[in-house]
Amino acid sequence: MPLIWLFAILLALAAAGYTLGRRRAVAVSGGDIRRLHSLPNYHGLNVALAVLVPALLVLFVWLIAQPMIVDARVAATLPPATPTSERALVMSDVRRLAEGLELAVQSDIMTEDEVQRLNAAEDGIRARLAPLGVALGSNVDPAVLVSAKRYRALSIAGNTARNIVVILLALGGLGLAWGATGLGFRARNSVERAVLALLIAAASIAILTTAGIVLSLLFESINFFSQYSIADFFFGTKWSPNFRGNSQLGILPLLWGTLYISLIALIVAVPVGLFSAIYLSEYAGPRMRAVAKPLIEVLAGIPTIVYGLFALITVGPLLRDYFAQPLGLGNSGSSVMTAGLVMGIMLIPFVSSLSDDIINAVPQAMRDGSYGLGATKSETIRQVIVPAALPGIVGAILLAASRAIGETMIVVLGAGAAAQLDLNPFEAMTTVTVKIVSQLTGDTDFASPETLVAFALGLTLFVITLGLNVIALFIVRRYREQYE
Amino acid sequence: MSDQTTLQEQAIMDDIKISARNVQVHYGDTHAIKDVNVDIRDKMVTAFIGPSGCGKSTFLRCINRMNDTIDISRVEGTILIDGEDIYDAKVDPVQLRAKVGMVFQKPNPFPKSIYDNVAYGPRIHGLSRSKAELDEIVESALKRAALWAEVKDRLSAPGTGLSGGQQQRLCIARAVATAPEVLLMDEPCSALDPIATAQVEELIDELRQNYSVVIVTHSMQQAARVSQRTAFFHLGHLVEFGDTGDIFTNPQDKRTESYITGRIG
Repeated sequence: MPLIWLFAILLALAAAGYTLGRRRAVAVSGGDIRRLHSLPNYHGLNVALAVLVPALLVLFVWLIAQPMIVDARVAATLPPATPTSERALVMSDVRRLAEGLELAVQSDIMTEDEVQRLNAAEDGIRARLAPLGVALGSNVDPAVLVSAKRYRALSIAGNTARNIVVILLALGGLGLAWGATGLGFRARNSVERAVLALLIAAASIAILTTAGIVLSLLFESINFFSQYSIADFFFGTKWSPNFRGNSQLGILPLLWGTLYISLIALIVAVPVGLFSAIYLSEYAGPRMRAVAKPLIEVLAGIPTIVYGLFALITVGPLLRDYFAQPLGLGNSGSSVMTAGLVMGIMLIPFVSSLSDDIINAVPQAMRDGSYGLGATKSETIRQVIVPAALPGIVGAILLAASRAIGETMIVVLGAGAAAQLDLNPFEAMTTVTVKIVSQLTGDTDFASPETLVAFALGLTLFVITLGLNVIALFIVRRYREQYE
Repeated sequence: MSDQTTLQEQAIMDDIKISARNVQVHYGDTHAIKDVNVDIRDKMVTAFIGPSGCGKSTFLRCINRMNDTIDISRVEGTILIDGEDIYDAKVDPVQLRAKVGMVFQKPNPFPKSIYDNVAYGPRIHGLSRSKAELDEIVESALKRAALWAEVKDRLSAPGTGLSGGQQQRLCIARAVATAPEVLLMDEPCSALDPIATAQVEELIDELRQNYSVVIVTHSMQQAARVSQRTAFFHLGHLVEFGDTGDIFTNPQDKRTESYITGRIG
């Protein structure tokens, strides 16, 4: 019985449980539902939850555990001569063959008996399974066939047991909860607990995902550092990966490029964004605001690749022809300045939109107090409103900084891919993210330091943005000027 | 009442500080103030009383042109301070507000230290030449607001950390530090407990020595306690204006009588 049927049965049982629970609650109340502790709906929901929750939990655990157990038991029957490195490959063959056989039985190409009698030497399994889209590498090894049959038998037995256990659990839950339904039963409270559990589960998914991302980065990075020295990575000033080996993988040029470009981007975005936010929230009339705010936010909706094109074909040549060449600073169309300027434009709506909301949240009483003392608008903004909104503004700036540090497309097209340490803003440079992409794309050996370095780069970037967030939190706590 | 009578006689001798003629205020389509004429004397406390929404706060905000900050409001008529029309094109509302200080209903200290709150006005208007002089202004303003003793050891603590009554006295000190000639108070005690209210009322009585004070209040007892002149507003009209004693003991208008005896409001 496929999994989808199992789900359908569970849902049907839950629906039945809801109806039964509700009906029983109405019945015991004798038609006067005010005598019940909880409304009939809650009793119904309680029974439905009692059907679903334990059954689904067991199903979830079973789905994870069963393949692991079956794998372990089949792997134990493999010829002991198989070397450890090949075991994984053999096991994947076994699994593929087992799945193929199962598919063959389900689509009536083979009968159950035929599968049992199947013999690796004679029957040309490869040819028979090919029409089903099951690609087997070569002619099947008898040992693999034996293991595959065993794998399949264990899986089928496991699935049957799983279906029985889950349905029994669902029925048991239904029976117990239905039996508990009565005048004084606090179904409302138990539904409330279920809601709480749901919310906690949602929150923990976000946290667990973060932890998972960090761990995966961490393991690959440790892998990398076992092949490449930590000191060379963090203090190396040269980045020249070489897929024949002997690479120099110093992070400093990349980090410098990242910080330089982000800095220029922020120098563009912070004043422009902040000033436009102040204009929109303090000076602009409602009609102007209704038009201008969405227009600025359109900038946030432009895909970064389009910004990249703008940098490549417009800003880059413009800067080269009118600034870099006349000043004798270089001939490169792609430069730190190009990427920084365009990225700054991209970040304007982040800064302006958030700052605008924050400035609007400063109570009107603050403005009245200041105007009442004879302060002008700009004095009020400088001395009262911006200080009061400062934590939020810092938050907006750091959010923009995180975006700038993580940006890839604009850098590839605007600043190029040459890793170098240079102060000249009209020189081509590149960033950490661009190099992560270029190290992981293409036909590469996944175990070499040249590829694994991407994870170490990613981890470093993650730590930097995390650090920025911590600093932001600290600044916000330290300088928060509380109103109300 | 006898000392009040002498005060009144003395006050008539003084000049009229604020004089309003035919003042109309519109908020969009709402006609909030209708044809108000009032003369407010110097060195006296004038109370505006009346039911909610009668326009007393709106009229108060006309006196320092705070209504200018509301886009949809429109003020007509003339208001003279010391004989000068404050709605004249030549008058800078920012300068005017330095001369006519305001204390609001809810204490609204800035998110700054106590010292910076009080020094805000003097700094903006350049009232001090040196740090020492500024210190002096802050100290005397805080003393005048009867707050000095409580905060002198923590001038750098945030003003928002004070209790509600202290915050309101801080706001009064802030207004006083700018050296205004008129002090407008919009229900300054409505967010305070009885003890803090008593302190603020005592303070208002002392401020009368130097300023002309206009106070909007919902509490008739408060109007009777602190003011020498009382104006009763009803539905945008100035119904009755006179000496506080007369208004409360012998009201001329039926509406005034109904309000102060609790029948409307």
